[in-house]
Amino acid sequence: MSVRWVLILLLWTQGALAQGFAGLGSGADGFAVPRPDPVFDFPADHGPHPDYRIEWWYLTANLAAEDGTEYGLQWTLFRSALAPGEAPGWTSPQVWFSHAAVTTPGAHHVAERFARGGIGQAGVTAEPFNAWIDDWQMAGETLDTLDLSASGAAFRYDMRLEAEGPLVFHGDGGFSVKSAEGQASYYYSQPFYRIEGTLDLPEGPVAVSGSAWLDREWSSQPLAETQSGWDWFSLSLDGGAKLMGFLLRQTDGSSYSSATWIGPDGATQAYGDGAFAAKPLEVAEVAGRQIPVRWAVSLPDKGVAVTVEAMNRDAWMDLSIPYWEGPVRVSGSHAGRGYLEMTGYE
Amino acid sequence: MTRACLQALWSHWRRNPLQLFTFLAGLALATALWSGVQAINAEARASYDAAATTLGEGRFDQVLPKAGEGFAQEVYVDLRRAGWQVSPVVEGRLRLDDGAVRVIGLDPLTTPGALSPVAGTRDIDLSGFLTVGVLFADVATAARLADLPQEVVVDASVAPDTVLTDVGVAQRLLERPGTLSRLIVAPEQPMGLLPLADVAPGLMRVAAQGSSDVGQLTDSFHLNLTAFGLLSFAVGIFIVHGTIGLVFEQRRGMVRTLRTLGVPLRRLMGLMAAELLALSLVAGMIGVVLGYIVAALLLPDVAATLEGLYGAQVAGGLQLRPVWWLSGLGIAVLGAGLAGAGALWRIARMPILASARPRAWAMVAGRGRQVQGAVAVVLLALAAVIGALDLGLLASFVLLGCLMIGAALALPLIVGAVLALGQARARGVISGWFWADTRQQLPGLSLALMALLLAMAANVGVSTMVSSFRLTFVDFLDQRLFADAYVRGIDRDQMPGVEAYLIAQGYDVLPLLSVDTRLAGVPSELMGARVGPAYARNWSFVDAGPDAWAQVAAGEAVIANEQLVRRAGLWLGDALDIGDGLRLPLVGVYGDYGNPVGQAIVAETLFTSLFPEEAPRQFGVLGAPAEDLRADLGAEFGVPSSSVVDQAAVKAFSLGIFERTFTVTAALNVLTLAVAGFAILMSLLTLSAIRLPQLAPVWAMGLTRGTLARIDLLRALVLAALTAVLALPLGLALAWVLLAVVNVQAFGWRLPMYLFPLDYARLGVLTLAAAGLAALWPAFRMARTPVSQLLGVFANER
Amino acid sequence: MLLDVRNVTKSFAGADGPVPVLAGVDMALDLGQTLSLQGESGSGKSTLMHIVGALDTADSGEILFDGRDIAALDEAGRAALRRSEVGVIFQQFNLIPSLDVTENIRFQARLAGREDPAGVAHLIEVLGLGPHARKYPEQLSGGQQQRVAIARALAVRPRLILADEPTGNLDEATAAEVLAQMLALVADTGAALMVVTHSPAVAARMDRQLHLRAGRLA
Repeated sequence: MSVRWVLILLLWTQGALAQGFAGLGSGADGFAVPRPDPVFDFPADHGPHPDYRIEWWYLTANLAAEDGTEYGLQWTLFRSALAPGEAPGWTSPQVWFSHAAVTTPGAHHVAERFARGGIGQAGVTAEPFNAWIDDWQMAGETLDTLDLSASGAAFRYDMRLEAEGPLVFHGDGGFSVKSAEGQASYYYSQPFYRIEGTLDLPEGPVAVSGSAWLDREWSSQPLAETQSGWDWFSLSLDGGAKLMGFLLRQTDGSSYSSATWIGPDGATQAYGDGAFAAKPLEVAEVAGRQIPVRWAVSLPDKGVAVTVEAMNRDAWMDLSIPYWEGPVRVSGSHAGRGYLEMTGYE
Repeated sequence: MTRACLQALWSHWRRNPLQLFTFLAGLALATALWSGVQAINAEARASYDAAATTLGEGRFDQVLPKAGEGFAQEVYVDLRRAGWQVSPVVEGRLRLDDGAVRVIGLDPLTTPGALSPVAGTRDIDLSGFLTVGVLFADVATAARLADLPQEVVVDASVAPDTVLTDVGVAQRLLERPGTLSRLIVAPEQPMGLLPLADVAPGLMRVAAQGSSDVGQLTDSFHLNLTAFGLLSFAVGIFIVHGTIGLVFEQRRGMVRTLRTLGVPLRRLMGLMAAELLALSLVAGMIGVVLGYIVAALLLPDVAATLEGLYGAQVAGGLQLRPVWWLSGLGIAVLGAGLAGAGALWRIARMPILASARPRAWAMVAGRGRQVQGAVAVVLLALAAVIGALDLGLLASFVLLGCLMIGAALALPLIVGAVLALGQARARGVISGWFWADTRQQLPGLSLALMALLLAMAANVGVSTMVSSFRLTFVDFLDQRLFADAYVRGIDRDQMPGVEAYLIAQGYDVLPLLSVDTRLAGVPSELMGARVGPAYARNWSFVDAGPDAWAQVAAGEAVIANEQLVRRAGLWLGDALDIGDGLRLPLVGVYGDYGNPVGQAIVAETLFTSLFPEEAPRQFGVLGAPAEDLRADLGAEFGVPSSSVVDQAAVKAFSLGIFERTFTVTAALNVLTLAVAGFAILMSLLTLSAIRLPQLAPVWAMGLTRGTLARIDLLRALVLAALTAVLALPLGLALAWVLLAVVNVQAFGWRLPMYLFPLDYARLGVLTLAAAGLAALWPAFRMARTPVSQLLGVFANER
Repeated sequence: MLLDVRNVTKSFAGADGPVPVLAGVDMALDLGQTLSLQGESGSGKSTLMHIVGALDTADSGEILFDGRDIAALDEAGRAALRRSEVGVIFQQFNLIPSLDVTENIRFQARLAGREDPAGVAHLIEVLGLGPHARKYPEQLSGGQQQRVAIARALAVRPRLILADEPTGNLDEATAAEVLAQMLALVADTGAALMVVTHSPAVAARMDRQLHLRAGRLA
């Protein structure tokens, strides 16, 4: 039984993700649905919400070695529920899967893991914080200090993260609307991590440091059925400000945008549809698909008009669910680094 | 006008119900043959996949308990948490009212590769599979599981008496909560893994069996079955062509009359084309159902397959899928269209006042025959050229097509020449007339004879292929599995103890050591064997020098498989570097069907001196029943019973697969010949009307109708015999192309071809029987022809 | 007397029951004699000829051939009689299409076991078939085909020759020529000849003329 088959099945039965991360749009039968004006309860809400269909702990990092070589790092743990709630042992309806990647200027290493809930092979606890699948793990006393490790056939990383700013809530206090019809998710981030550690690569170990960004999001139907994919930007600009923006592409060619401007002190300003814009400037063939690798990104309200360019165009996640995810460089009105995720380019 | 024309056209069928029947039946049979072969092919593929899966469990390394039959599930989680990419398996016997079945529980999320046939089933609700529980089993086993609460899905690809399900469900069924039997090790593991012993000291890793992969063999078999499907289709098309041609021929008179009465030609052609389409759709539908029934009857699991016919959706069983209907109908319409186009064209070109009488079969077809001969020669020459060159797989199929069509076109010419010779040699007056008259019937019968030729040639070819395949495979099994039992997959540290114990028990122990390496630049497996007389007795070589085994035993020489030798460009007498610069002469080359990598064998002593750290991966044990060994080693060393493999069981399993295939091919033989026989029957019936003026004078001059009928029967047998004699070399050529060209192009190795004269004799008798049966009814009608009908030939009123 | 027909009856199955064709026919014919049989279409003249030639059977009555009653013969017996004693010449389809002219002429003689190569050669020559000896029936004209049929009928040296409209498909000039040749050759052999014809001209060339009306000879 191929893993790919399992995943496709999995996604099909959910009516979700059939086109990459897009069609999460089916009904929420039995699952809880995000409501406006959320009141978060930390640290409990750093842990899993099994009554919601899908949830993730999504970490990306821009790294540099002492010689100036730039690297990117990704670690994502997904929880996907076949049915709401939890059950003991093999009968648990919770399925976990995880993606890990390291991007170098010349290579892009990826690996994935799958696990059943209920038997201890994967899971998340809030206090102390621990998110794990197999030997991959992100853990610490609290979310502010984390140790992260993961490995694939050709790479391994061991990192230490330290938060230097507050949690940041997107949309309306963490209620992030994803379409004009009102589909939404709970969405907050910790974008202020200092990160350092070691990358073990085929060329040998490399000591690296940089900044990291953790996204937490859960929902049961975050996308509308007319949405075919998204382009998600997390940019750390020189001077300390940060910008999160995404486009949800509609099947009719239009798109729905949303953004959060994050000041150096963590103060946020949320923008609804239309304020944030991103247009592909250059499309390249990656893994046999046409993928935008250079973007014009703007948020006029903050005077942002920048070019965002992939550090390594071949950051293709050739996994059971294929997508593009990699580090980017920012230039123009602002300079900086960041991460770009593009899904739905089949 | 359209209505009136349709009535007129339809009246032909009303007045000739037999013709309508033969037309529909011919087309339906051809369609049935095609769709039946398609279905059987698909089923055979599924059953082979099941076998390959069961045999191929050795493709992955395994982690097993050092002692006992199981271990705690927490050990699995510990290993996963340590980074080990392993997947849990729990297996055991589940008692049912009528015996026990083997239950295998897997975790679909972590199982590597296409290990489980469950992968082939699409419409499974994963959440159901993981939680409520879905059981996969073949039809026979599924029927026995009806009392269980879980949903049962029929999947022909699951091995017999086996149930596949989720690991959690299996634990509940087997009442072994929290316990696992073994772990499958994924081929790709992450960097920096802790040793197994540090994480799970109670478990041991067992290497994959590797080279006994039968996947390629079965792939080759599928390819050949596909070729058989194509040939069956060709036979069918010949028949359809014959039927339609003759029906249209007989309606020339009506067409003339209708046109004389003012029906435009275009309208008439349109109506006839529409009529053809409607009839071919009806015939196609009958054919699909017939083909389905044929397939269902030929397969052992009749009961459940019929469920599909009545609408019950049984996943994995034989079903009337839309694509089936469509392809069957498509074939019927296409075949009818191909045949009808020529007939319609002839009607369109017919002058309005042309003779309404069916065209007399010309004694000498003249130009047409020359063209046919030239095309046949060109096609056969093309086949010879492609056969001699090395042009790839597609070209091999072109070769197959050229050979069969060329031979079919050449058939009437060759038979005609033989008949002419017979006529020249004939002494008696009746025999002279017999040969001359047979020659005259030849053009009318040649399509049916071509179908018979193709049918018998296909049968000879496929029988040869299947039987050669079987002999090769059995040889291969005999060679590889000559010990009575094999002990494998036990802890390395236990190996010496087990070996000493077995020797002390007085058994012949044949340890096999192996290491993956590169030999002469080819990825290969170097094996060390304790060479004894058993090897010399059982192994056969493609080519070997004298005393090959003795030289190998002395550590002075090496033998290698065909794959290694051919890829490295070596042969007997060449030296092979087996590591550390040690070059040994190659004294034997053996066939190693289906093995993708090279392999070389040296003496055990030499091997251990080269690789002192390697321990045997398995023992062959001679003279020991597997049952006894299981009990002994289990009691003495805690060796799990799954580590002792019964050679006889493995062989019996493999041969069982062939028995099923033989049933299918034997039935197909009968079926294709029956269809060819049907073509002969139809041609004879159609000819019988035209033949009356030819026979009437002979009767008038003093031969009885009975004598004429017996002569007609004899004629059919003589023609069938001639065709059979020609079909034999054609069938052998076909088998040769399948085994030595198609197979080589597809898989890079050649299957040896064996001859089976008894089979051919049996096929020849079957062919004669088919032709004889087909001629029986027309002959009977001949004998019963009313005198008035014979006399009517001479009368004025015609 | 070669042929003595007494009170022969024959009827065929019709839509409304049996239709009588011959209603008690008496007739005699001896070696060396020629006879014509005339009548309307469907009057039964061909049927009578078929019965005396052992091609068909009567419902009742006696047909004595050389004193033997052929009504008592089974199919094999009738076939043997046809083979050796009767030469037939029909209006059409006389010949075996798969055999050439010479083979057709020899065919019945060989079946009867009395082939006479010189006689065959003579017939071919007299009938002007020499240039066509190796041709097949479909390559011949109608007149040529009828000449081959005559040659074949005579090659057996039968005692009874039956001809059913032998010139019916031929044009007038050819018909006259073929008829003349036939009569001359029959006279040479001394056989009895019975000709069924519509044509008064053909009938007039025979020794006796009989007419069939309402199933009886007049």
